[in-house]
Amino acid sequence: MKLTKLAAAAVAASIAATPVLADLVFPSLDYRTGPYAANGIPFADGYADYFTLVNARDGGIGGVAAKVIACETGYNTEKGVECYESTKGEGALVYQPLSTGITYQLIPKATADGIPVHSMGYGRTSAANGKVFSNIFNYPANYWNGASHAVNHAIADSGGDISGKTIALVYHNSAYGKEPIRTLEELSKKHGFKLSLLAVDHPGQEQKSQWLQIRREKPDYVFMWGWGVMNQVAIQEAANIRYPMDKFVGIWWSGSENDVLPAGDGANGYKALAMHNVGSDFPVFDDIKKYVVDAGNAAGAGDQVGTVLYNRGMYAAMLAVEAAKTAQEIHGTADITPAMMRDGMEALVIDEAKMTALGMPNFGPTFSVSCENHGGPGLGAISQWDASAKKWSLISGFEPSDNEIINALIAEDSAAFAAENNIAEGCK
Amino acid sequence: MSADFYYAIEVILNGLMAGVMYSLVALGFVLIFKASGIFNYAQGVMALFAALTLVGFQNGEIPFSHLINAVFGTDIHHFGWHMPAFFAILCSLAVMILFAFLVEKYILKHLVNQEPIILFMATIGLAYFMEGFGDLMWGADIKKLDVGIPQGGNIWLEENTAFLGGDDFYGFYIDNLDIWATIFAAILVISLVIFSQYTKTGRALRAVADDHQAALSVGISLRSIWVIVWAIAGFVALVAGIMWGSKSGVQFSLSLIALKALPVLMLGGFTSIPGAIIGGLIIGVGEKLFEFLIGAPFLGGATENWFAYMLALLFLVFRPQGLFGEKIIERV
Amino acid sequence: MLYREAGDFKTSYAKDQQTFPIAFDRWGYFITIAFAFLVVPFLINDYWVNAVVLPFLIYSIAAIGLNILTGYCGQVSLGTGGFMAVGAFSAYKLMTAFPELSMIIVILLSGGVTAFVGILFGLPSLRIKGFYLAVATLAAQFFLVWMFNKFPWFYNYSASGQISAPERSVFGFAVTGANVTPAVSYLFCLCFVFVLAWAARNLTRGANGRKWMAIRDMDIAAEIIGVDPLKTKLTAFGVSSFYIGIAGALLFAIYLGAAEVGEAFDISKSFLVLFMIIIGGLGSIFGSFAGAAFMVLMPVLLKNIMVGYLGWPTDLASHFQFVIVGGLIVIFLILEPHGFAQLWRLAKEKLRLWPFPH
Repeated sequence: MKLTKLAAAAVAASIAATPVLADLVFPSLDYRTGPYAANGIPFADGYADYFTLVNARDGGIGGVAAKVIACETGYNTEKGVECYESTKGEGALVYQPLSTGITYQLIPKATADGIPVHSMGYGRTSAANGKVFSNIFNYPANYWNGASHAVNHAIADSGGDISGKTIALVYHNSAYGKEPIRTLEELSKKHGFKLSLLAVDHPGQEQKSQWLQIRREKPDYVFMWGWGVMNQVAIQEAANIRYPMDKFVGIWWSGSENDVLPAGDGANGYKALAMHNVGSDFPVFDDIKKYVVDAGNAAGAGDQVGTVLYNRGMYAAMLAVEAAKTAQEIHGTADITPAMMRDGMEALVIDEAKMTALGMPNFGPTFSVSCENHGGPGLGAISQWDASAKKWSLISGFEPSDNEIINALIAEDSAAFAAENNIAEGCK
Repeated sequence: MSADFYYAIEVILNGLMAGVMYSLVALGFVLIFKASGIFNYAQGVMALFAALTLVGFQNGEIPFSHLINAVFGTDIHHFGWHMPAFFAILCSLAVMILFAFLVEKYILKHLVNQEPIILFMATIGLAYFMEGFGDLMWGADIKKLDVGIPQGGNIWLEENTAFLGGDDFYGFYIDNLDIWATIFAAILVISLVIFSQYTKTGRALRAVADDHQAALSVGISLRSIWVIVWAIAGFVALVAGIMWGSKSGVQFSLSLIALKALPVLMLGGFTSIPGAIIGGLIIGVGEKLFEFLIGAPFLGGATENWFAYMLALLFLVFRPQGLFGEKIIERV
Repeated sequence: MLYREAGDFKTSYAKDQQTFPIAFDRWGYFITIAFAFLVVPFLINDYWVNAVVLPFLIYSIAAIGLNILTGYCGQVSLGTGGFMAVGAFSAYKLMTAFPELSMIIVILLSGGVTAFVGILFGLPSLRIKGFYLAVATLAAQFFLVWMFNKFPWFYNYSASGQISAPERSVFGFAVTGANVTPAVSYLFCLCFVFVLAWAARNLTRGANGRKWMAIRDMDIAAEIIGVDPLKTKLTAFGVSSFYIGIAGALLFAIYLGAAEVGEAFDISKSFLVLFMIIIGGLGSIFGSFAGAAFMVLMPVLLKNIMVGYLGWPTDLASHFQFVIVGGLIVIFLILEPHGFAQLWRLAKEKLRLWPFPH
């Protein structure tokens, strides 16, 4: 009992430190430990480095310094709650939870607290319907767009007609992995391909059964919704059974250097979806080198610059900064609140001129966000791995997905959520 | 014969191979349980730690570099050498022996005569500790492990069996890595048997496993035996870590292979080395065959995890001490 | 001086057998309860409720449940996570199927469903013992998680398998969903903790509890003196699962608000709760609370010290957190294998004699 009280007192003391509200606060719920650390580290580095860059190069956002508060979640929802509660009091402008589970949990909480959440390419897909999910954003693309991109790629690859062919989906047997199934089922009705589903349980070190099945059934394409060690094993097993790698397409979370490097040359030609560009061939990286890395302010070990997930973190940070700038313009004040940030995110427009000005020409798709559509147009590209050069490269432009089907699914799912939680649809 | 029949055989073959991989992990558990009655949950983390150390030595990474950089503001990462695989394995083995020594000195010595569950919990605490320690020492990013074991399907076997089942059959698929794992496991078990049967230390090991007090009274040092057993278990963990790590890269999830070994232990009995091998084979074949025949076609797949446990559970209901476990005799 | 038996004369059997025979203890207990019910609700804020107090209360219930099974009846179980999932999913199904049902009834019914499932998975315990049983309960863990992930009926056919608690209220106060005030969710959980702990305390010192302990100490001997092992073991599984189910339901509905079975109720939950009861003390209600407090507070405390005060990078801090928690567990087991409860007992012994130890 004594120990508990002592501990409680110490906790109280250590959280009592009051923040200075002058900075624009961007909490980063990252994970540098736990089963997904290898994927979490580069993303967190990119996210933090971009804000460091903005502070060092531009003197902050609209003259106000940005402050990143890192909080380690370990991909664990309970730690995620603790992180959210401990950072929201510091004036957090937007949350980037980087975990489907934590996103789901934050949806009601953040909405009630009036803080926007940006789940970029993950989380609850139907949050794209801003009429129901007023504070949740998932631009530029979501899983269902991704499923459609993959199918579109398969159609293009097989010469415009995919009827009668088979697509196998190897998925992480969790909320995240199950996301694309509905969309793929709808698309298989529309295009007449056969869908075969192969679940892989967490953590996914043993996939022999699934890949033996793929070897037996010889599907024309294999899609993968994997995360963590599952990616590496799947790509290794695909190489082992000599499945043609250019028919093997992963979601954007299955397409980082971490995933393909362990398989060596076997991974050559493997494809993954991309919602932003890859590589470090952009002017912004010169700035990052000059202002962040050489200045000794790089987050983490500083060795991740230019990897796919680093770019993703940086891209997420860029979108957050642009949204903050938009919010500052709308409300005419540099010191914005989370509610203003939400308005900024809802009015966000990313065009080529803006990206070029930021030193990121053609880094991501051009899009605009509106109240009806928090998900953007859902553009996505295909990237391919070159094992000898150890480099990803985009092999297509940012192309649209089959929004007709996806919008219907989004409407259905968000209506169900609205009914369950008594939310009246509408724009504020 | 239809292609399906041959595919079933292929599944069984691969199940056997998977079983060997499980047995490799289970062996470490059995060794320690036999000698000291400790259910060592840290075995999986030991495999991770051993593999991390091996990769670290191979690539010449500086231990704790991240910590040193954070504290002193330096920027060091590598010694700048690439150690040959064989030499790196020896160095890792030395680390595992040192580890065994430290575990005995700082943990086991103080926990003599405690209840089994307390010892079990202590090993879970040890597992936590090593997880954090391994990450601190070598970093949490994923590492490629390559000690020269070939990977990929065995093409020779595939081509020479393709004629068996007609057009729909593409020949038996067996992973080269699995074949090597089987060979290593066989060597490992044979050498363990030789060691425990024909060496003085081995006899002492068996004496301790039989009866702690009697062994003590004839002058066998329990503490040195424990160090030896933990060192051997560390070696087994290293082998398991190499095999599993070559497959999936070395990273956190490697420690979860312990969960694959538990049903094997239940089935084979906690105290029997042949039990660990045969239990592994039964579990491997059972879960793969169930997935092939029932799981994937009717239940939507991913049944392997629980089926292994269910199989072991069913088995235990009929034979509560496992396949080769010592018969439980209860007296009041 | 204050803590003593002398002068405290009991004039009836009831008084002689009360839970807190020493006046000082009794008053301490009443003051703690009064503080928890009357003072804390006015002090508490979002951070404290969600980061510390709710998980502490909820895990206390789970720890009491597991302690009944493992500490009192001697059956080691690693299926806690799976049973918590049963509670959570029952609560979700009940909440969505019967929106009018009071949350109190929903939570109790979820406990009931879990008790039933627990008895089912407790059946093998009649044949299997010790570590074999521990590993066998893992079968429940993995099977239940797989089942809740597999069959869409359990999560109302939502696209991803995530379950989210809709807003429900008790006596006009929202207890789940987004608009909960910290005081309400705190009090709601506290009431459950209070009633359940009180029930557990009295169960374990009654006839049932004595039967459980007889089975724990030696099952064959217990059978010979007339304790029915079937009934005893299964009641232990049932009661324990009832508690764990309630903890699972509260964890999902009140604390997390949304859950995914493979993530929120995986095997690490089972280990976490087992840790709590071992560190707290097997066979002790107080130990369950102390263990839960330790395991919930420790990481938060370490994080706040290392990241908040010392300004370390978050990844180093969390690696150290593993090292420190792991190290502490080992050190603790070496120093006091019987947990906080034993420390507490020793402290009381000392207090009783203080200041004249001879």
